[in-house]
Amino acid sequence: MKHEIVEKNVGLLAVLILVVISFGGLAEVVPLFFQKQTTEPVEGLEPLSALELEGRGIYRREGCVGCHSQMVRPFRAETERYGHYSVAGESVYEHNFLWGSKRTGPDLARVGGRYSDDWHRAHMYNPRDVVPESIMPAYPWLFENTLDGQDTPAKMRALRTVGVPYTDEQIDGATEAVRGEQEITALIAYLQQLGTVLEGTR
Amino acid sequence: MNYLWNDSLSGFWSAWVIVITLGSIGFAFWLLYANRRTDKTPDAEGNVETTGHAADGIEEYDNPLPRWWFQLYVATVVFALGYLLLYPGLGNFAGVLGWTQEGQWEEEVAEAEERFTPIFAQYEEIPIPDLAEDEEAMRVAERIYLNNCAVCHGSNARGGYGFPNLTDDNWLYGGEPEALLTTLHQGRNGLMPSWQQLGANNIENLTQHVLALSDLEHEEERADQGAAVYASVCAACHMPDGTGNQALGAPNLTNDIWLYQAPGQSVADSIRQTLRNGRNGHMPAQASYIGEERVHLVAAYVYSLRLEE
Repeated sequence: MKHEIVEKNVGLLAVLILVVISFGGLAEVVPLFFQKQTTEPVEGLEPLSALELEGRGIYRREGCVGCHSQMVRPFRAETERYGHYSVAGESVYEHNFLWGSKRTGPDLARVGGRYSDDWHRAHMYNPRDVVPESIMPAYPWLFENTLDGQDTPAKMRALRTVGVPYTDEQIDGATEAVRGEQEITALIAYLQQLGTVLEGTR
Repeated sequence: MNYLWNDSLSGFWSAWVIVITLGSIGFAFWLLYANRRTDKTPDAEGNVETTGHAADGIEEYDNPLPRWWFQLYVATVVFALGYLLLYPGLGNFAGVLGWTQEGQWEEEVAEAEERFTPIFAQYEEIPIPDLAEDEEAMRVAERIYLNNCAVCHGSNARGGYGFPNLTDDNWLYGGEPEALLTTLHQGRNGLMPSWQQLGANNIENLTQHVLALSDLEHEEERADQGAAVYASVCAACHMPDGTGNQALGAPNLTNDIWLYQAPGQSVADSIRQTLRNGRNGHMPAQASYIGEERVHLVAAYVYSLRLEE
């Protein structure tokens, strides 16, 4: 009985299960690797500057993605509040994606330019100072820590190997560009460019 | 911005998706039928066929699935095919309904605009001072204010450290309707340079002079010495009498209102800090976020705040 062979060989069963579920990915995911919509940057998209890239690292380190998504979905309720819905071409240089899946706080996909740098500083130092009902944690250490920029060129080179068009010049100047900057400055530089490439947010 | 969505698949990938999708459904259906058991008739001795699994003398029957259960499986297949017929799913086949994410969004937006545009258009006709007294309009405006402006200026509009109070009569750039509209449309960028280069002594003298302008406790001698420096360095923006210049957003220094006095900080310390490091007050332009038609309403709301006092 053939059924029995599958049932009594766990290794074979595992392989067959993988084969079966891979069909979903083959149909839904694989074609996207070959579509301009997902592989071509939107007009005007530039790789993050050294400072912004370090800011992105801090964003990941502090787990911002756990509470803030970066994905405006095409619903009026969202575009009304956040601006134009997100499109794939905006994330072409993102490795890894920080789209998130949970909103304890608001979506940040288009937060760039929305608030002043000073506001972000005050808010990150203690969110309650500017938004009394906020439940966001405070991040005061970002004001004490400074960047040394030692790993920045390596990060940029790594990104270049996966297709982010950094120039040699940018990589060589990366350490210089971020050394001595406060972490908060880098994080705000990152936040202030989010979602600003696509014009006509409304 | 159609290119953002409507990038169709090439013929190959379209076929790829169609073959895998329909193939999977077909395979699942075949599997279901191929393994279906219908015979549960006992043999001559009254025994029913079992799977051969036995534990402690208990054997597992090999009965067919209940009919309703089997039909549920069939129903999922029918549903899948129906769905793929109506909605986009099979490669480049758009589906009979012609539904798209973007299309649905556009419909939602159009529906909302049809409903709200006349209301906003009606408000836009009314001059700001009159609109500010329209209770219903102000309830709408308050929602817009709370969603967009309260983050910096506070839900009570009294501002905070570095963010101007909108309920008092002190305006950096003017509180008249025109000035409010300009602020909302274009944003504001206030720049006070750092005066570190004047040296510690001059900064202290200037601090005492500015304290004197607001009639606060100060050292007379230093304040007098600061007057000359004030005249040559500060008066250009803050005016010789210290009342400021709304064209530049240079604050009035004579009214004892200190935008940059941090909680727990003395006025003198905040002035020293401003002189040493400079300040950069930035209000982002709002029209592109909230839309032209709402700017008028928010301006009226801000205008109305003074009426409550």
